[in-house]
Amino acid sequence: MMIVAGQSQSAYFLEEDIPNTERSHTLSVLVDNEPGVLARIVGLFSGRGYNIESLTVSEVEHEKHLSRITIVTTGKPPVVTQIMHQIGRLIPVHRVTNLTWLGETIERELALVKVAGKGEIRDDALRLAQAFNARIVDATLESYVFEITGTPSDIDRFVSLMTNCGLVEVARTGLAAVGRGKIGM
Amino acid sequence: MTRQMTGAEMVIQALIDQGVDTIFGYPGGSVLPIYDEIFQQDKINHILVRHEQGAGHAAEGYARSTGKVGVALVTSGPGATNMVTPLADALLDSIPMVCITGQVPTHLIGTDAFQEADTVGITRPCTKHNFLVRTIESLPRILHEAFRIATTGRPGPVLIDIPKNIQFQTGTYENCKDKAPLTQYNPRREGDADAIRAAVNLMIAAKKPVLYTGGGVINSGRHATELLRDLVKLTGFPITSTLMGLGAYPASGPNWLGMLGMHGTYEANLAMHDCDVMVCVGARFDDRITGRIDAFSPNSKKIHIDIDPSSINKNVRVDIPIVGDVGSVLAEMIRLWKELSPQTDAAAHKNWWNQIASWRAKKCLRYKKSHDVIMPQYAIERLYAMTRGHDTYITTEVGQHQMWAAQFFGFDEPNRLMTSGGLGTMGYGLPAALGAQIAHPNSLVIDIAGDASAQMCIQELSTAVQYDAPIKIFILNNQYMGMVRQWQQLLHGNRLSHSYVEAMPDFVKLAEAYGGVGIRCEKPDELDDAITEMISVKKPVIFDCRVANLANCFPMIPSGKAHNEMLLGEDVSDEEIGNAIGAAGKVLV
Ligand SMILES: Cc1cc2nc3c(=O)[nH]c(=O)nc-3n(C[C@H](O)[C@H](O)[C@H](O)COP(=O)(O)OP(=O)(O)OC[C@H]3O[C@@H](n4cnc5c(N)ncnc54)[C@H](O)[C@@H]3O)c2cc1C
Ligand SMILES: Cc1ncc(C[n+]2csc(CCOP(=O)(O)OP(=O)(O)O)c2C)c(N)n1
Ligand SMILES: [Mg+2]
Repeated sequence: MMIVAGQSQSAYFLEEDIPNTERSHTLSVLVDNEPGVLARIVGLFSGRGYNIESLTVSEVEHEKHLSRITIVTTGKPPVVTQIMHQIGRLIPVHRVTNLTWLGETIERELALVKVAGKGEIRDDALRLAQAFNARIVDATLESYVFEITGTPSDIDRFVSLMTNCGLVEVARTGLAAVGRGKIGM
Repeated sequence: MTRQMTGAEMVIQALIDQGVDTIFGYPGGSVLPIYDEIFQQDKINHILVRHEQGAGHAAEGYARSTGKVGVALVTSGPGATNMVTPLADALLDSIPMVCITGQVPTHLIGTDAFQEADTVGITRPCTKHNFLVRTIESLPRILHEAFRIATTGRPGPVLIDIPKNIQFQTGTYENCKDKAPLTQYNPRREGDADAIRAAVNLMIAAKKPVLYTGGGVINSGRHATELLRDLVKLTGFPITSTLMGLGAYPASGPNWLGMLGMHGTYEANLAMHDCDVMVCVGARFDDRITGRIDAFSPNSKKIHIDIDPSSINKNVRVDIPIVGDVGSVLAEMIRLWKELSPQTDAAAHKNWWNQIASWRAKKCLRYKKSHDVIMPQYAIERLYAMTRGHDTYITTEVGQHQMWAAQFFGFDEPNRLMTSGGLGTMGYGLPAALGAQIAHPNSLVIDIAGDASAQMCIQELSTAVQYDAPIKIFILNNQYMGMVRQWQQLLHGNRLSHSYVEAMPDFVKLAEAYGGVGIRCEKPDELDDAITEMISVKKPVIFDCRVANLANCFPMIPSGKAHNEMLLGEDVSDEEIGNAIGAAGKVLV
């Protein structure tokens, strides 16, 4: 499903074959990159009682001043449709796409994971990092910082394993997502 | 054509280029350059209010009574925060409004400077859009874009926050009214042709149809009102409306069922409950309308025409959504209907009208008449009767009097009722009357008020006196916050916690203190003469109409109940009132 500013047909998208169950949805929002635009989106979610599980934002087309915001939220289809229309109503929003409804999506997140320790713990950390294709981006005699890219659940698993290997801290980027195939949002 | 000018000059020039002739405002440090420009010109009439909230509601009243955009101008900090209520009000009621606020100079933003407030932050959720002007170069386009956004699509308030240094800077002004827009915002007006065809087919096959219309018809303009009336004639369908849509179809029209919803008529609500095809035209299935959602019109197919996609399926799932402007969609529906010149089920329609007649026979608006005290319903009936033949505009405050105005004053034309429906802002009516009166200097403008609400923006009486705006404030004085008292009776064992106003001002003296005229009336048989006197006075008037203190507003669908569980006035005992709302309903408003 996609909402293009000014073109929306609303409820046609409430297709009967979409199961009416609560699940997480990845929304991709193309916006003018202007001050306050993120506040408008975030304020809309808090003001209307929608939840945000992950949010990332970055400029994607510099000359056109466009940013892409990727939001993960949960809800039943009617609620998600309402969320999309509420976002679509904001003046700086060009387009809202529900990647989850569009079909298969590619979702990636990057995390930096710091562990500290000596001896066996340290060896375990290194072995697991190799198994997850994490890169070492910093090392001292008593610590590593790993960089891992993967789906959010890959990263969840990696981080939970690292808790037994001297985990110190984690920084995650939040989600970047696009649909498969040749069509863009 | 471009010209060099200061930011402050640009503000005035853009207003002129947008066809604005009146603005409502209040000065202060950060808008002084704009006020200096106002001083040096005579194309824009500035109305000096007494409180910024008054400026906002006056702009709303001006806008709703003319169909044009209302403009307000206030200073930074407290000026802007005082504007928050009118902005929220205009947002919920879809009123086109442009509000210009001053801001501290750009280099001081963020320093807790004198009278600094994060105005765009504070007003973001209560405007359709807002702008902080960062450069003089962007100012002309922002000014014109604000008007486009406020007036197109679903109308609403737009705020422009202009730092003082930018008001002083010089730049190039161009009238970009009809130039390429600043943002990509471009709402769609035409409805989907297939959806319209499907809707017309559904309407043709209907056995028990009803038109449920709302504020969107009035937003769409005069033309839409004419088309709605044509559609009613063409189809013969019964029609009801929300509070916000009253007057789009005349209350004196044969197909009129009265207002629907919590305090709507028996016939309107039961027609909604029992219909098989519901055509919602520019209304938003508000909770005052639907009552208990899962019992709302359970057996109907629903068509919904609305320009805002987010209004569709927000509260009630509909079968045929049509995103578009009421005027454009109705025109297409009418064209199609005429093209098909259909055979509708005359026998079924006749049965349906018979059923409606039996509901009407309940006379749900009946109330106990009295010779000793003025019943509030009677006061409105007389006010309506005595003002017929006048060119009348009505505003209201919020409370029982508002609902009695909706029930007992017949509105035959659109843009004649200005009321705070969505936000329910007490204090709206008086300044809104001022705004309407400024727009229509020779018309009769009456604020139907409550004793409590009237005191919330009473200071604008001073503005009315200053500008010879002969507004009439018709107070149904029941000494109570009647609507609150009624709910306390319904929900809280009649424990009247803080809903009785013990120290009431002398409204007659109050009017005189402001330089207006005060009239008091306490007896039903003196009412007509007193109203006649009020109408004849060419000055602002406070009419202190002493009414029965404990009257309740019926019919009423208690919160959390269905349309067919309505309480009717004369028949309910105090005990039934006390037990009408269940535990689940109590948490609702
Ligand atoms: C004390 C109190 C009691 C109340 N009781 C009642 C009651 O009993 N009955 C009642 O009806 N109301 C009542 N109200 C008012 C109620 O709260 C709502 O404000 C009102 O019902 C909403 O009216 P509406 O649905 O017409 O929507 P509006 O708020 O007028 O919204 C208009 C709708 O039309 C759409 N629209 C706008 N422009 C266009 C266009 N050009 N083309 C197409 N669509 C357009 C908008 O997107 C929106 O969805 C009460 C209010 C108060 C304060
Ligand atoms: C600004 C504001 N504060 C509080 C309320 C809650 N409220 C709704 S109706 C009402 C009482 C109104 O009393 P009055 O103006 O005397 O009207 P009545 O109901 O007696 O006709 C109150 C306090 C409101 N609607 N607006
Ligand atoms: Mg009262």
